[in-house]
Formats: sequence, structure tokens, C-alpha cells
Amino acid sequence: MIYLQLFLSFLQIGLFSIGGGYAAMPLIQAQVVEKNSWITMDQFTDLVTIAEMTPGPIAVNASTFVGSSVGGVLGAFAATFGCITPSIVIVSLLAFAYKRFKGASVMESVLATLRPAVVALIAGAGISILLNVVFGGQTVNFDAVNFIGLALFAVAFILIRKFKVNAILVMCLCGAANLIINLIIS
Amino acid sequence: MTTAKQNKLKTLLKLFTSTLYISAFTFGGGFVIVTFMKKKFVDELHWIDEKEMLDITALAQSAPGAIAVNAAILVGWNVAGLPGMIVAVLGTIIPPMVIIGVISLFYTAFAANKYVALVLKGMQAGVAAVILDVVCGLGLKVIKTKQWINYLVMIAAFVATFFFDLNVIFVIVAALVIGVVKALIIHKRGLGK
Repeated sequence: MIYLQLFLSFLQIGLFSIGGGYAAMPLIQAQVVEKNSWITMDQFTDLVTIAEMTPGPIAVNASTFVGSSVGGVLGAFAATFGCITPSIVIVSLLAFAYKRFKGASVMESVLATLRPAVVALIAGAGISILLNVVFGGQTVNFDAVNFIGLALFAVAFILIRKFKVNAILVMCLCGAANLIINLIIS
Repeated sequence: MTTAKQNKLKTLLKLFTSTLYISAFTFGGGFVIVTFMKKKFVDELHWIDEKEMLDITALAQSAPGAIAVNAAILVGWNVAGLPGMIVAVLGTIIPPMVIIGVISLFYTAFAANKYVALVLKGMQAGVAAVILDVVCGLGLKVIKTKQWINYLVMIAAFVATFFFDLNVIFVIVAALVIGVVKALIIHKRGLGK
């Protein structure tokens, strides 16, 4: 029963990957490359690259990729539903707890302290992406500044912050502008 | 059909198309999608208030599984109960499933294409701008609380995760502990009066 195996393997991945994104990678590797040999290490590296280049959570990308290569469309569904089932159960319970205790003063105080921390986490994620665009990595290297990327960022930031232009539209325009500018230069 | 029922269906449809649209266009990790959800559901549709969205982010981050899926579950319950949760999750997982399904068929050609790479690189600049715009808005709100403990938590959380690569779970647990201690102190003071 390949579908059941896919479902159960990705159920474990969904259950034990806390913190999302890259936290899930070693778990996926352990299940699909080492334990079940569904894909090779080379394919796994490709998978990571695809996941970085395409939208969507890496765990969902991985389950679709592995599921479809092992068991076709049904395999993709089995793996993906395995992957999201723990989330649906656990997070739904959290949603109830949140609704039930939101008004309580202790809960309010705890949440009030949590919010600045969340803002800081989002800031960190944003700056990491910006560094990746401007310096091509996480280290600040002034010999390899991508001025086009920096200019695109600055224009995009002003469009969104000052002129309230739709965020997804701005993002797509940035992609198109980068392609056009680079084609003109080269 | 009654108008209440029609409104509910309209809400569900809007929720589904919104999550579908956000999921299809947000490259990068969980925080990216949370940022876009904030723009859509808080700023544009006013279905969720800003504080709730930050709470949702913290909960989504602390629970196991993909942040985007967790956030969709919470947003869905919040907006339209169980049916809301189901459509939000479907909206979030359909785009990556379709895209990966198609790409896995001709991966090598896609990854090696330099035009594809240029477009994706440019989009990253846009993503950084979107996230930092949301951070500016939220950060200003934190500053307006005029509570030194909030400033301290925000700065410490940033330094710990950004410069020292501390696991975000520890940061959230630490903030929780500080919040509980603060609540207990306030409670004690209240009793003393």
C-alpha cells in the first residue's frame, strides 16, 4: 500500500516539523531519501531548489513532488494530506483555545508581550531576503552589490508604503523589470 | 435562498479566492505568506484586526507543520468557522500542488533557464519591500504602546534570531514566559491595593 506509506511518512513530517520552512528539511530527507529511498539525494537537492523558486510551503512542495514521482496524482494527494493532517488537528485546537481564553487578562498580557516578538521575527525574515537580493547572500560584501536589486527594492518600498499600490502587483512588476533591465544591459 | 446564506457563501468564496491568490504568488517562507495575509485580511477586507493577525502568526509559528497552512487554518476558523477552515486550507495547498506537479515534469529546463532566474530574483526584491513595509507599520504600533518591556522584547527577539540564529521557538517561549510573569506582577499589585 504505497499510498498509505506516503500518507504515514508525511504525517510524521507534518507532526514533527516545528518552526516551518527549513525546519522540515532534515525530516523530509530522513523519510524520503534515507528510510524509504523514494527519491535519490540528487533529486532531493533539486527538490529544495524548486521549493525555493516556487510559491508554497516547502513541506507541501516536497509531498507533492515525492508523492507524484512515487504514486502519481493519487500519491501526491496521499502525501499532501498526510502532511497537513497534524496541522489541521493541532491548530484547530489552538484556534478554539485562543477564542475561548482571548478575553482573559493573563492571556491578553501574554499575547501583548508576544506581539513585539512576532514583529521582530517578521523583520528578520524580510531583512534576510533583502540581503540575499542586494549582496547575493547573508554576508555584507560591498564588492558584489546588486544595484538593480537595490533600486527595485527602493522603488517597490515607496510604491507600497507611500502610494499603497497592491503588493502582489508590485512584486510581479519587480520580476518583469529585473528581466527587462538585465536584457537591455547585456 | 436567504440573504444570510448568500452572504456566507460569498464570504467563503472570497476566502477561497484570496488564499488561492496569496498562495500562488508568495515565494519564500512562512513569514512571507503571513505578511500577504495581513495585507489582504486586515488592511483590505477588514475581516481580522491587526492584533489578532499577530496572534495568529505566533500560533502558526509555534504549532507543528507549515506556517502558511497553519495560518490558513487559523484565518479560516476566525472568518467562517469549519467551512472557512476547509476552504482556506484548500486555497493554500492547491497552487503549490499544481505548480510542483507541472514543474516536476520538466524540472531541468525550468531551473536552468536564465530568464526564469532573472524574473524570480527581481520578485525577491519586491517581496523584501512588502515585508519591510508591513514591519514598519507593525513596528510603529509597538513603539506607540510606550511600554519599555515591548521595546525590549522586540529588540531582543530581533538580535537573537537575526544575529545569533536562535531557533524561533525559543524566542516565542521566552516572550510567553515574560508575558506570564508580567501578568502575575500586575495581578499581585492589583491585590495589594
